[in-house]
Amino acid sequence: MRSERATPLGLKVAAGAGLAFLHLPILLIFVYAFTTEDKSYQWPPPGFTAQWLAVTWNRPDVWQALALSVKVAAISTAIALVLGTLCAAAVSQSRFFGRETISLLVILPIALPGIITGIALRSAFSIAEIPFSFWTIVLGHATFCVVVVYNNAVARFRRTSASLIEASFDLGADGFQTFRYVILPNLGTALLAGGMLAFALSFDEVIVTTFTAGQQQTLPIWMLEELVRPRQRPVTNVVAMVVVIVTLIPILAAFYITRDGDQIAGGGK
Amino acid sequence: MSVAATTLSRSGGPAILEGRGGLFGALSDLFWRRPGLLLLLLLAPPLAWLGIVYLGSLAALLAHSFFSIDAFSGLIVYEPTLRTYGELLLPANIDIIVRTVAMAAIVTLASAAIAFPIAYYAARYARGKWKALFYLGVMLPLWSSYLVKVYAWKLILAKEGILNWLFAKLHMTWLLEAWLSLPVVGGNSLSFSYTGTFIVFVYAWLPFMILPIQAALERVPVSLTEASADLGARPRQTFRHVIFPLALPGIVAGSIFTFSLTLGDYIIPQIVGTSRLFIGQAVYAHQGTAGNIPLAAAFSVVPIVVMGFYLWGARRMGAFNAL
Repeated sequence: MRSERATPLGLKVAAGAGLAFLHLPILLIFVYAFTTEDKSYQWPPPGFTAQWLAVTWNRPDVWQALALSVKVAAISTAIALVLGTLCAAAVSQSRFFGRETISLLVILPIALPGIITGIALRSAFSIAEIPFSFWTIVLGHATFCVVVVYNNAVARFRRTSASLIEASFDLGADGFQTFRYVILPNLGTALLAGGMLAFALSFDEVIVTTFTAGQQQTLPIWMLEELVRPRQRPVTNVVAMVVVIVTLIPILAAFYITRDGDQIAGGGK
Repeated sequence: MSVAATTLSRSGGPAILEGRGGLFGALSDLFWRRPGLLLLLLLAPPLAWLGIVYLGSLAALLAHSFFSIDAFSGLIVYEPTLRTYGELLLPANIDIIVRTVAMAAIVTLASAAIAFPIAYYAARYARGKWKALFYLGVMLPLWSSYLVKVYAWKLILAKEGILNWLFAKLHMTWLLEAWLSLPVVGGNSLSFSYTGTFIVFVYAWLPFMILPIQAALERVPVSLTEASADLGARPRQTFRHVIFPLALPGIVAGSIFTFSLTLGDYIIPQIVGTSRLFIGQAVYAHQGTAGNIPLAAAFSVVPIVVMGFYLWGARRMGAFNAL
């Protein structure tokens, strides 16, 4: 049917308009980053300047927030990589009682609204009297990053033929050698993609973080402050643009890595 | 994968080869003979983490909702009581819940309406390069920063922003003003009205709706639509009686995301919207300056319960197979 008929015009327009609706607002940020207007969100911009890039560059608070965000994202991603891979290996290597429950448990932190994860952690810290610190942020982030790594790893395990591993054993390799020379190379790109997406997810996360950060400022929390009480609009514009670019790179990279075969890279954020 | 689970019985018959030497060799042999042990070792770290950190926290949340706060000292009283849930039934709080659920429902319907053509085109017409482009075109907004998206809409909806400018250029400012003077959806300006909140919600969650619908549509076999055409159905009839019913689980799957995300969000209504609260904002406000974690906890149980019913209904419609 579809090979013979041309695409209906109405559908084409609706799909195109939908995509434009998704992308134009983000593109607008790029224009605002270069406006000369610094008191309001005036459109069209009265003029263009690159001076805000320099102003932002010299702001210590932005750098501190960025450094904290990168540190949190890196450590959370590392933890998520280990936990997610272990879980994926266990779930895909055998069928056992409670297997479905474990999948559900991994997905739950991301299926429930973020505010529930946030307030749950907050109440736990309150009951256990744990003071807010760098590690309370990591605790929250690693928890919801596991699912991204897990999804990617599980999909790859599913595609890896069991006979490869059996062959490795038959040829005399022990379990560790098989892991090192057969399983890991097979898993590599899936873990890389999962890790990058986990990094992007953590780098961008704000809802859970507001409950676990206390007085510390990650970059998203810095932005949220600016959104609620705008002080330096031009600096915020530049930061927003940088965040778009920084999150864009791992997403595109993850897409190209997992492109052939399983397109699961971003499946279910 | 099925390292030892499927092959070799565990009876431990006479080994043909000698055991391996060294620590790693010995461990390797041990895992081979007792796959259950390996499984346990693999599962222990993630289960410990999720079990303690996450389930533990959820338990703490639930426990808190049964505590109450002392009216005079403002301290949490760690004694089980239903008083906090009673507070939830105050008219002001019921208002918050109704407002949030209604918004979630409308946002879900609107997202489905906008998402469907995109998903339909991507699944059934786009080929080759266009297909990849559509995929990325949905993926990028899905993964790009949530705050940046909200910020972009603050720029767009501002009084001096691009949308008002566009309306003025088209000589349609009167239309915008007429809309804003309407009782519920209106307000001072778009960024201080329910209309603004609604637009930003739809924008932020749209990719979550597109992907499951597209996945469902891609699974509709071409032979089915061909059979329908062969049996004399016009394209419109084929769509209505064949394609749409098969896409419905995808729509329900997407609506799980849009519904759940709207229920729990507190940033969008805070940045773009009126001063009237949504559930997320109430949770945030109560746990923050007020320090009333019990009421915040009780409030956050509401989305869990609503989502519980929603998921139960969605499961009956087969939405989980479309995820």
